[in-house]
Amino acid sequence: MVEGNINTIEKHVSLPLDADVAKDLRAGEYVYLTGEMYVARDAAHGRLMDLINKGEKLPINIEGETIYYMGPSPAREGRVIGSAGPTTAGRMDKYTPTLLDMGLRGMVGKGKRTPEVLDAIKRNGAVYFAAVGGAGALLSKCITSSEIVCYEDLGAEAIRRITVENFPVIVVADHIGGYLY
Amino acid sequence: MKADLRVVNTSLITEAIRDMCIEINHDLSPDMKKALLDATARETSPIGCRILGQLQDNLRIAHDEMIPICQDTGMAVVFLDIGQDVHLIGKDLTEAVNDGVRAAYTEGFLRKSVVSDPIERQNTTDNTPAVIHTSIVPGNRVSIRVAPKGFGSENMSRVFMRKPAEGLDGVRNSILTAVRDAGPNACPPMVIGVGIGGTFEKAALMAKEALTREVGCHSEKKWVADLEVEMLDTINELGIGPGGLGGAVTALAVNIETYATHIAGLPVAVNICCHVNRHARREI
Repeated sequence: MVEGNINTIEKHVSLPLDADVAKDLRAGEYVYLTGEMYVARDAAHGRLMDLINKGEKLPINIEGETIYYMGPSPAREGRVIGSAGPTTAGRMDKYTPTLLDMGLRGMVGKGKRTPEVLDAIKRNGAVYFAAVGGAGALLSKCITSSEIVCYEDLGAEAIRRITVENFPVIVVADHIGGYLY
Repeated sequence: MKADLRVVNTSLITEAIRDMCIEINHDLSPDMKKALLDATARETSPIGCRILGQLQDNLRIAHDEMIPICQDTGMAVVFLDIGQDVHLIGKDLTEAVNDGVRAAYTEGFLRKSVVSDPIERQNTTDNTPAVIHTSIVPGNRVSIRVAPKGFGSENMSRVFMRKPAEGLDGVRNSILTAVRDAGPNACPPMVIGVGIGGTFEKAALMAKEALTREVGCHSEKKWVADLEVEMLDTINELGIGPGGLGGAVTALAVNIETYATHIAGLPVAVNICCHVNRHARREI
């Protein structure tokens, strides 16, 4: 495995991620994300996996998309969203290789991933970013729109589509095997 | 001896818990704020400084705009120390506590993170029930501690049943193993609550209570206070750093509680908390 280096390279990247742009990202780079991505965590992943196992169509098209592992607190009146920081990515590891093989290109979360996920990132030219855990108030300021796409009954765990502007992340795992933790 | 009996309506407990849950999710206690600010000055790695700076900005935004510090506004853990000369009237105590939690999480725009059953996993939609620990203590006051616990760090907590022969090294090893395994998952800089002794469940409960102790205060027992200082230094030498991305500040405090134990045992529980270590205390 290539050792990731923390450096001071800062990049501005559009979402959804372009395949070549994703492949250019390296562990340790600071990235500001702008554009749209999905939000999904444990329960939503479980439901998507059930559909995949049954050979049914998913309610969202994940090809080329980025998923932010997050469950926001409720928005106050007039606000787009509540507190909105990353949750621990490792809990999604069971489902992630399948989703990456189906075309998922980016993930935003925090914490370690399994070797299976890191392999799937390499195999698919994908990328895993970390956002600062426990900074949900700060990160919410970079979210300019949010709507529930499906699974509203899951409350904070519903799948959302959000728009972000200069959302600060750091590349943790890249497709050439760089891994920061 | 004549008891100085006091009547307390449980509605006061409901009200206090509601207010405390909302407050502590937007404003950390002064000890935690100070610890985070001190850490910002102490950090040496550029990435660590950057993250600790973002955490300072985050605390400011949370306070100014009433956005929870972290989206995981926790499962409410409530410690009630009830004076034995208190006569509680009004609603059943458990119901009163849960009413306070429900009011805070629904009226206060806090996230509902509780499911009714660990396998069926239906969200209760109001963050109840709380985890309630009651003790009967001398006096006629009711002391309430509220600690909404996030699960990124809770998931990295451990209980070790050591052999007496492992002694202090066994304890050191337990703490370091838990912290090393937690790494970036537990949102460092962490606060480490440790319970040593008692039984399996007593150790875990002490570890949780240790997290509600003010950061910066040490145990009255000399060997325990020494261990708190030593372990904090050792943990900070691990280099895990803020966000787990490397640096000098991995933990803000190690708080240790101890209790008598069995001749055959040395239980060690390590309850890990992220930098959003929320604890509030009030007395009625």
